[in-house]
Amino acid sequence: MISVHKALSVFALFTSCCYAQTDGKLLSTAGLTQIEGSGGGGLVPWATLAGYDSRDEISASVFSTHVSVDDYRLNAWGAAVGLYDRVELSVAKHYFDLTSLGAEISQNIVGAKVRLYGDVIYSDWPQIAVGLQHKTLSDGSIAAAVGAADSDQGTDFYLSATKVHLGAAAGYNLVWAVTARATKANQLGLLGYGSAQQDDYQLMMEASLGVLLSREWAVGIEYRKKPDNLGLGEDDWYDAFVSYIPNKNFNLTAAWANLGTIAGSQQQRGLYLSVTGYL
Amino acid sequence: MITRITFAAMWLVLASCSNPTPKSTLYTQIGGQQTVDLIVENFIREIEYDPVIIEYFIESDIGRFREKLSEHLCFHTGGPCQYTGDTMKQVHQGMQISETDFNRTVDLLINAMTKAGVNHRHQNKILAIFAPMRSDMIYQ
Repeated sequence: MISVHKALSVFALFTSCCYAQTDGKLLSTAGLTQIEGSGGGGLVPWATLAGYDSRDEISASVFSTHVSVDDYRLNAWGAAVGLYDRVELSVAKHYFDLTSLGAEISQNIVGAKVRLYGDVIYSDWPQIAVGLQHKTLSDGSIAAAVGAADSDQGTDFYLSATKVHLGAAAGYNLVWAVTARATKANQLGLLGYGSAQQDDYQLMMEASLGVLLSREWAVGIEYRKKPDNLGLGEDDWYDAFVSYIPNKNFNLTAAWANLGTIAGSQQQRGLYLSVTGYL
Repeated sequence: MITRITFAAMWLVLASCSNPTPKSTLYTQIGGQQTVDLIVENFIREIEYDPVIIEYFIESDIGRFREKLSEHLCFHTGGPCQYTGDTMKQVHQGMQISETDFNRTVDLLINAMTKAGVNHRHQNKILAIFAPMRSDMIYQ
């Protein structure tokens, strides 16, 4: 968390000295940054774009996420650029620490998302976007050892619908996202892609549901379905989150995440912490 | 006579079913005309102090804006008013309001409502009423 604080204060200094704040969207409509660096919830990419750019603006954001479950740690950080509330380009880095084995797996992710239709608040129908996340493992030896068909790189494709309903939950604003992801990834790609038995793209449904308790506080739950290509009992993921969105400069999220069985270690549960800062 | 009373009673029952008078409108929940006027007054002040949005109002008749916005807010929250102003499309014609400035103005309206003591949930319901009008307001 110290490094996160340091990064944040450097970022704040950077923004206050040199750049005009991009604030063309309403507070919290930029959402958060999901684990692979795309604008979203925590685990699920949403149709909203990371950043507060309106159709006349460009935005930039940086994020850092730390997930700590029983036998593993995942550190993720990255940056995204929003172009005219139409296109989002993102980069992210994952460091996955196998605490018990003393090993580490890292990967790079580049992402792109295009908003196809709508505005998350104002349009009659949900905002719709398509995106991809291309991931490259730094060292595929562990992926190869557990039986991945491809231990080098892979690409996920997704289609997402997201909507805010003003005042819909007894006067509170409701937000939901449903995302369909075509993927071959084993555990986010950290364990490679596919296996000898199962090497086809499969469609996985993901969803988030949240309530904004005030302009600054939101709570919600998420679900992410995952394939089990390796036959290691890879489980679907769940989380319950609390987000603090005090302004358009940054937001903080804490979540309780249930990541199930990861590479043979069962019931991997723990804390998810994330911060995103915006230009 | 009995038939007549029965008929009248039936009519009353039917009338109350098919056309129920709402117990409380959003208008009464937020505190009626007093709150509506306070929101409008606060909103005008917020606009006055905003260097960007004030530009859109340089040539506006603030007296008329105050009166029509008050009617508009009253009418759309279910209050006992008629809106006598122009349509949203007519009002914003030629103003070329950008998406950014529109959202900035929504933030000013939220400030105005907060300062008028309107609670978060009522604010959301008011915003929900006006959100669909955005397409008639921006880039006109």
